[in-house]
Amino acid sequence: MAALVRFCNRALQQNAVCRQILPLSATHWYSNEAGSMAHTLNVKQRIENTRQKALLGGGQRRIEAQHKKGKLTARERLNVLLDEGSFVEYDMFLEHDCADFGMEKEKYPGDSVVTGRGRINGRTVFIFSQDFTVFGGSLSGAHAKKVCKIMDQAILVGAPVIGLNDSGGARIQEGVESLAGYADIFQRNVMASGVVPQISLIMGPCAGGAVYSPALTDFTFMVKNTSYLFITGPDVVKSVTNEDVTQEELGGAKTHTTTSGVAHKAFEDDIDALLQLRDFFNFLPLSNEDASPVRRCDDPWDREVPGLDTVVPLETTAAYDIKDVVLGIVDNNEFFEIMPDYARNIVVGFARMDGRTVGVVGNQPKVAAGCLDINSSVKGARFVRFCDAFNIPIITFVDVPGFLPGTSQEYGGIIRHGAKLLYAFAEATVPKITVITRKAYGGAYDVMSSKHLRGDVNYAWPTAEVAVMGAKGAVSIIFRGSSNQGEQEAEYVEKFANPFPAAVRGFVDDIIEPRTTRMRINQDLVMLACKKQSNPWKKHANIPL
Amino acid sequence: MADEAVCIGKAPTSESYLRMDRILQAVKDTGAQAVHPGYGFLSENTTFAAKLKEMGVEFIGPNSESIQAMGDKIESKRIAKKAAVNMIPGYDGVVEDMDHCVKLAKEIGYPVMIKASAGGGGKGMRVAYDEEEARTAFRLCTEEAKSSFGDDRMLIEKFVDNPRHIEVQVLCDRHGNALWLNERECSIQRRNQKVIEEAPSVYLDPGLRKEMGDQAVALAKAVGYDSAGTVEFLVDGKKNFYFLEMNTRLQVEHPITECITGIDIVHQMLRVAKGHTLLHHQSDIPVDGWSFECRVYAEDPFKNFGMPSIGRLSKYIEPAHIPNVRCDSGIQEGSEISIYYDAMICKLVSYGPDRESARETMITALDSYVIKGVTHNIPMLRDIMTEPRFVKGDITTNYLPEVFPDGFKGKQMSEVEMEQLVALACAIHETEQQNSTDFLNQNRLPVVKDAKSQWKMNVEVAGNATYPAMVVKDNNVFEVRVGENTYTVAGDLAFTSPLLDLVVNGQRRLLQFVEKGFGNYYKLRLFGTVFSLRVMDDFAAQLQQFMPEKKEVDLSTVILAPMPGMLKTVVVSVGDQVAEGQEVCVLEAMKMQNSLVAAKVSKVKKVNFKAGDTVNEGDAIVEFE
Repeated sequence: MAALVRFCNRALQQNAVCRQILPLSATHWYSNEAGSMAHTLNVKQRIENTRQKALLGGGQRRIEAQHKKGKLTARERLNVLLDEGSFVEYDMFLEHDCADFGMEKEKYPGDSVVTGRGRINGRTVFIFSQDFTVFGGSLSGAHAKKVCKIMDQAILVGAPVIGLNDSGGARIQEGVESLAGYADIFQRNVMASGVVPQISLIMGPCAGGAVYSPALTDFTFMVKNTSYLFITGPDVVKSVTNEDVTQEELGGAKTHTTTSGVAHKAFEDDIDALLQLRDFFNFLPLSNEDASPVRRCDDPWDREVPGLDTVVPLETTAAYDIKDVVLGIVDNNEFFEIMPDYARNIVVGFARMDGRTVGVVGNQPKVAAGCLDINSSVKGARFVRFCDAFNIPIITFVDVPGFLPGTSQEYGGIIRHGAKLLYAFAEATVPKITVITRKAYGGAYDVMSSKHLRGDVNYAWPTAEVAVMGAKGAVSIIFRGSSNQGEQEAEYVEKFANPFPAAVRGFVDDIIEPRTTRMRINQDLVMLACKKQSNPWKKHANIPL
Repeated sequence: MADEAVCIGKAPTSESYLRMDRILQAVKDTGAQAVHPGYGFLSENTTFAAKLKEMGVEFIGPNSESIQAMGDKIESKRIAKKAAVNMIPGYDGVVEDMDHCVKLAKEIGYPVMIKASAGGGGKGMRVAYDEEEARTAFRLCTEEAKSSFGDDRMLIEKFVDNPRHIEVQVLCDRHGNALWLNERECSIQRRNQKVIEEAPSVYLDPGLRKEMGDQAVALAKAVGYDSAGTVEFLVDGKKNFYFLEMNTRLQVEHPITECITGIDIVHQMLRVAKGHTLLHHQSDIPVDGWSFECRVYAEDPFKNFGMPSIGRLSKYIEPAHIPNVRCDSGIQEGSEISIYYDAMICKLVSYGPDRESARETMITALDSYVIKGVTHNIPMLRDIMTEPRFVKGDITTNYLPEVFPDGFKGKQMSEVEMEQLVALACAIHETEQQNSTDFLNQNRLPVVKDAKSQWKMNVEVAGNATYPAMVVKDNNVFEVRVGENTYTVAGDLAFTSPLLDLVVNGQRRLLQFVEKGFGNYYKLRLFGTVFSLRVMDDFAAQLQQFMPEKKEVDLSTVILAPMPGMLKTVVVSVGDQVAEGQEVCVLEAMKMQNSLVAAKVSKVKKVNFKAGDTVNEGDAIVEFE
């Protein structure tokens, strides 16, 4: 009883605040003790009611509508993504403060986003999940404030941020307040970039200025058929350029994962996306202060991979799948590929080596002979920079015939874009291990994490050929006009189509049996875990954008 | 693999294994004294044998005369008849006309088989059960034969209904000695190709065995045979046996005969070729134990009991470590199964003192056989091994279509078997989950591990149902409650090998971890068949109801390549109107030509490949509007 009285006293002291909140009909109660008790119980009830209301978002009817579209609600998504019972919510009571267009009458506790922190496989993550059932998930000042709060804290403690996007766009009723909110988020996206991993999962519409937040994050994933990303929707497109285009064609998952390269991967549905995101998250360190995570691993570190001895075909022009090489080498054949359907002539993704997360980059001889072009250079560069920013060692498999020639590439700026990949590899200070499986021709040889770009360990398989170009082209220049090309080609092949020219110069450290590649890389990674390398002080570097 | 290898050309057989000149050159270069021609290619080629003779090199096989005599259908029958071998009743000449055909059919007794003299591959061949059918069959066969072979001569013989295919191994030397090494039962066939063989046959008693053996030897002697060979018989439901043909080479399935007789047939062939006499007498030849051979093919048993498949063997572990198991193969991890050769991966042979133990050993061997990278027929082989009719030995050449009238659909699991699979999946998933939080270096922000020892899970079996399960872990033993039953899963769940040797409720279960997909997807192989599973907690499983159904590709608007191969012809072009069932293209794969037809009346929207192109399984060749 005494405790209760004390509590009531404190409530009395705060009555100035209470007066503002409590409905008028309750004001005459707290003049005596019994009234004060009733008030406390009333507040408790209100808290409970508000919580219940917040949990329902925009209400049962809108939840059903969301389900009908094949989508989960903001809270359901959080619960699928996070470890059971780990979610800690922030700002459940925060409401928008717009008083125009009758908005003051329509308020939802927590407004149109659920924010907080939780754990994925035991590790902390900060998260926001936009609630489409409240004002279509539109971004109000309050919404932005909530998002900014968890982002600030994520940077403070060094833990990743995951955004689950499902929003119709700006809260138009709030006008510039909403735009300010976007900008506040953008600024934090940029500040967090390279400090903590940021992941966006687009699970509904994301249009207009809103698209730039996912674009600033490290990874943008989409859900097939239910998510869209575009600057302007089909209606505006029609009125401006008179193009007829559907939402799906303009900004669906397929468009962004195959054509534009805006998104990094697409998933079948909400549950598939969230469960896969759990697996993906496990590859990432929590921040740039953490080492690449090492998980327990049953796959023997020194496992021989006999299949690799024959993976490169006998005919030097025949294609093979570089993913056979990757899958053979990495732990348990598990490879999380990033952008599997875009610029497929380069393969990038995460895997583990003896439990440790590594980034894998490989030319793909199966697609466009594995050449480097604009899209593959940009895809590779962004991935390499992510790995470097977050201490993830990079393993590069090289089978590259060179940069793709042609007007479309030159006009498109292959020089500028190709330079990005070169830049990214050159600037990276994480452990860099390179395996030349077959061709390493021309400038592309230099680019692909060569010894000259501070590669820590560079290997060649017996099938490696490091040269300025292929035999035919080389002979036509060296022996211009000669009638004896066949013989000279043979001479060139004899001289250059093998790993010796690079090995005798120390540009590759060893010529290894393919079957031993896993063992060799694992040994090197253990040694390189202690690697310390830094670039000269600078405000920031100037990558050719 | 070989001690010494010589490259004889490119992958297509016409540029290598069928190039006599190259092989002869290799013989010369290596100084070989003899050539064993193996099973296919030049093994029954008399020109090749003659050329070797010219070079003074021994051809390890029978003399050319017997190859020739037995290679000719009519000639071989004539010799067999003379040697008093049981023949399929029939007419010894060409059928004159329709009335003659009916008259002959009456004499022989229905059912009869009417077939073109020049026939082959099932063309111009029909079975008639009465007079009316005989007339129709004669007319159709004549027409077909005329258009297909330009030769409408017809033969007629008794049709042996539901026969068994039983063959007798013979072994002869150049000194007039001939032995029969018991029989092999080869009734399990698809498209006239053998899939599973066993020796001996459950159907033969010692008397019948001797009778068939003696006839086989009589034939061999009649033709002057002087190597290892096989006399094939059809055996009907009344244990009548009829001569079919003689194979004048070593048979693929010879290991099972070696197992039960203890005789190394290839060794004997080498000795005979050198001119030695046989070391054995007929009375020395035992039937000692039982042996099975499964032909492990790179093919998809779910399509027409086996459509060829290609790929690289990304993981390959033969079960040769199991006692009483023999693996005859010519490949290893990393090998390519290509479109150029027969799709056989391995001859998997098991042996035991009796049929039951040999069968058990085969089951363990099939369950332990790890093949990744190509589709293979182990699911079907494994399923046949436990199928009641097979277990009893009640088999005929119609076994597959009779037992699987709608085609092979994978192992049909009983409820208890399904629950065991679910229990195994739960144990694997939970182990995976625990590994996922087992970080060795994440110590700045602490990792909070799942403190529970009891989990609710839901296992979705693709094409089946979702099974709720309660999982309890106690001392590395999982106790999983599925439905009414509780299963304990014990054993080493470390993923060091794709093969997990586990114990479920005291029973050994060889489980293969085929693949783990991101998002809790698993592919597990149990009882030979691969099952796709997804494990979810209760919460996610309940929400699954809101997820949209996955849209299947409308197969009537597109022609997908059913298997990898080369397009022989594409007979439509963009804008063409096609009728339902109209041939759109012909795909050639390995030994087969497949006609791909339009599923409905439509117009061609897109043709993605042209004749001569190589296509992969699942490629859209033609798209319709």
